[in-house]
Amino acid sequence: MSKQPKSTGEILLDVRGLTKVFGTLKACDSIDLTIEKGEIHALLGENGAGKSTLVKMLFGSLEPAAGEISWNGSQVTITSPGQARSIGIGMVFQHFSLFEALTAAENIALSLDDDTPISTIAEKARDLSEAYGLPLDPYSLVGDLSVGERQRIEIIRCLLQEPQLIILDEPTSVLTPQEADRLFETLERLRSEGKSILYISHRLDEVKRLCDRATVLRHGKVVDHCDPSKETAASLASMMVGSEVKQIVREAPVKNDDSEALLEIRGLSRAAATQFSIALRDIWLSVNAGEVIGIAGVAGNGQGEFFEAISGEVLQDSAEVIRIRHKGAGLLDISGRRQMGAAFVPEERLGHGAAPAMRLSDNLLLSRHATDGSAFLGSLGVIRTDTISQASQKIIEDMDVRKSAVDPEASALSGGNLQKFIVGRELSREPSVMIVNQPTWGVDAGAAAHIRQALINLSRSGSAVLIISQDLDELFEVSDSICVMHDGHLSEPVPIAEATYEKVGLLMGGADASAATHAGGTA
Amino acid sequence: MMRIELVKRPQHSVLFSALSPFIAFGLTLVAGAILFAILGKNPASALYFYFIDPLTEVWSLHELAIKAAPLILIAVGLSVCFLSNNWNIGAEGQFVMGAVAGSILPVLFPEFQSWIVLPLMMLMGIAGGAAYGAIPAWLKVRFSTNEILSSLMLVYVAQLFLDWLVRGPWRNPEGYNFPETRNFHDYAVLPEILSSSGRAHWGFLFALIAAVVLWFLLSRTLKGFEIKLLGQSPRAGRFAGFSSSKMVFFAFMTAGGLAGLAGISEVAGAIGQLRPVISPGYGFTAIIVAFLGRLNPLGIVAAGLVLALSYLGGEAAQISIGVSDKTARVFQGMLLFFVLASDALIHYQIRITRPQTERTGEVSHGNA
Repeated sequence: MSKQPKSTGEILLDVRGLTKVFGTLKACDSIDLTIEKGEIHALLGENGAGKSTLVKMLFGSLEPAAGEISWNGSQVTITSPGQARSIGIGMVFQHFSLFEALTAAENIALSLDDDTPISTIAEKARDLSEAYGLPLDPYSLVGDLSVGERQRIEIIRCLLQEPQLIILDEPTSVLTPQEADRLFETLERLRSEGKSILYISHRLDEVKRLCDRATVLRHGKVVDHCDPSKETAASLASMMVGSEVKQIVREAPVKNDDSEALLEIRGLSRAAATQFSIALRDIWLSVNAGEVIGIAGVAGNGQGEFFEAISGEVLQDSAEVIRIRHKGAGLLDISGRRQMGAAFVPEERLGHGAAPAMRLSDNLLLSRHATDGSAFLGSLGVIRTDTISQASQKIIEDMDVRKSAVDPEASALSGGNLQKFIVGRELSREPSVMIVNQPTWGVDAGAAAHIRQALINLSRSGSAVLIISQDLDELFEVSDSICVMHDGHLSEPVPIAEATYEKVGLLMGGADASAATHAGGTA
Repeated sequence: MMRIELVKRPQHSVLFSALSPFIAFGLTLVAGAILFAILGKNPASALYFYFIDPLTEVWSLHELAIKAAPLILIAVGLSVCFLSNNWNIGAEGQFVMGAVAGSILPVLFPEFQSWIVLPLMMLMGIAGGAAYGAIPAWLKVRFSTNEILSSLMLVYVAQLFLDWLVRGPWRNPEGYNFPETRNFHDYAVLPEILSSSGRAHWGFLFALIAAVVLWFLLSRTLKGFEIKLLGQSPRAGRFAGFSSSKMVFFAFMTAGGLAGLAGISEVAGAIGQLRPVISPGYGFTAIIVAFLGRLNPLGIVAAGLVLALSYLGGEAAQISIGVSDKTARVFQGMLLFFVLASDALIHYQIRITRPQTERTGEVSHGNA
């Protein structure tokens, strides 16, 4: 891949001393950043380092408390996203804002201010999609499109405004490796046309590969500027975190042919509940004691539906479809399955795994009232507040949950700390079957390492662990085998020794297992 | 230019959670004073007759307890509904149907006279209200019907059903064609608490007992946790293993049962027979009571007494200063309005900024 910086040295955007304060927290503290014409500039940092806040100020959706922005040499005040677009700044968000029931072209039309007819927009969109290698049918319904295709709509919508600077927020977090490659080609083509790109990511390999320069943020401050191609992934990571990240230790599982299957899924199918949910099709899987199985897949391929079915939030038609510790569990609700020894951590922390306005001790009771009823509840169902507070303080210490009050409301915790609490809540039960959906989504590197290690340790102590994740790096780090969920199908598990990114990536993109094996063989 | 902003608090304020009803009551008094001034009355004396005078005599304290009893009984039941996110607006109908079901024995079987009649009437009143509350619950669970509309419309059904009963099949045969049932016999009348000093009957005791029991249920037990969890965060409630369908029935039937008990207590205690209209809107006023009492049963006892005072004050003000008794409704409406407005202070703080000195900007998107 050609990677000579084509920047001319001309400065497009120059930011000096940009600051934003929320309450007592300086989210951005006197940030300096320059972006040249025709460069791909990486913005690196952990969750909460201030990347999003900085970008929102550049895009006019937040007003800075201090600092200057100069654009093409003249000073500007960006007061709204509309103004940002008009001077030539475009943005592709991490979370798309598309209407599923409308077509791609209609969605693009909604974001334009004038009343250009849909047919003109569709034609322009088609031209752009061909020019930049972003295949897309403008008349297809968004609800039918994959996440990668939806991202293309966002990018085309952005390109239609002919921006000079394009801001991309974590663009590859929802893509398969192959889709990401295609995106990189598009970005390189844009760079060769002299457009600048501000690229936000925490995936260091792609930053090394793609970006000309990088600015690293930590706790709201710029800690370093560097040329990513001259750094290693490890050196970039330690710049972001400020210290060495602890390496995960994963000993090979004890090989034992007759190790028992603690979780068995036998032909699980589920019809799509709504127009936009995914049907599950005949899923078979068994997870043995002492083993971690990872389920990879692009978001929205049935992982949420799968989790609900396994957890018992949705029941099956027959008990034998799901077996926990050799007993049929398909007709039991989530409390019944917990009592058989299973524990669950859902993807959504606030509003699913935890009630936002309730205290941590109440949130402990939330998932433990059935299994720990004898300890946590007295006669007549009276809650033993003291016992629960002690148990929740113990979890907080074990998992190193950082908080501002003794027993704060769940919503007052940062995402990573709340996730540590939710995972710790289940781990402290020492469950024999643990099912986790997106264990470290939005969690900073230090906390993520802690959670991953805890899950591996649980499995090595004799439990079966099933991890659903979109983060391939994570799955390769913790899993003993990886399977892939695509459009409601689950592939055969691939032992980690045989799994490659390419092979898993092909499965994520919908190739059938034999093709993937072939590709893996020739790779 | 000065700008007033509402800034979201990081945690909800315990202080304003407690203060909000008092702020609301204060604002209601100020608005009421302005209203009386516009009507050409002396605001100070009008407010005195409204809110102080009824408290100065023993007999009117009894009247206060009579008015407060149904308000408290209904409102503590409604607190279970509202906390679990079930919008039962039909307590008035459940009150009426409880009164009708509880009156079956004394109206249709007047010869059946025994000490057991009164407990049976109370139980039938509870059952009638609960059954009537189960209708919107079933519609919500089975057909996803909006319970606000269905429960509200069932109020009018219940009122017209009562009207038809007392004019038709249940009319007193010795009553000269007046639209009333026969008077309840002695075994069917709810006794007074202190008959020497006034008319207040056991209904007020029922209300206090219900408030204490539900306070304990809500604040100390797993059931209370389930009610609040399903109300705040239904998906987390399902993850906890609680069923929201069962909760819909539980909440509606608890509220309906207590409203039914209030209905039969009112009929067997204060009125002594069924008439076309047996409630001055207790079921609706109880909604205000529930919110003014912060959906906390003990707070609801206090709020029920305040709202009962507004009924008495309305009557007193009509006699002494000659304003319409509709002003009672106006006061109740203002009170609810100000309570809901003051509740904003629990989650938000007011900040006054001057843009030329400080550029803080962007409040609504701030995630402080």
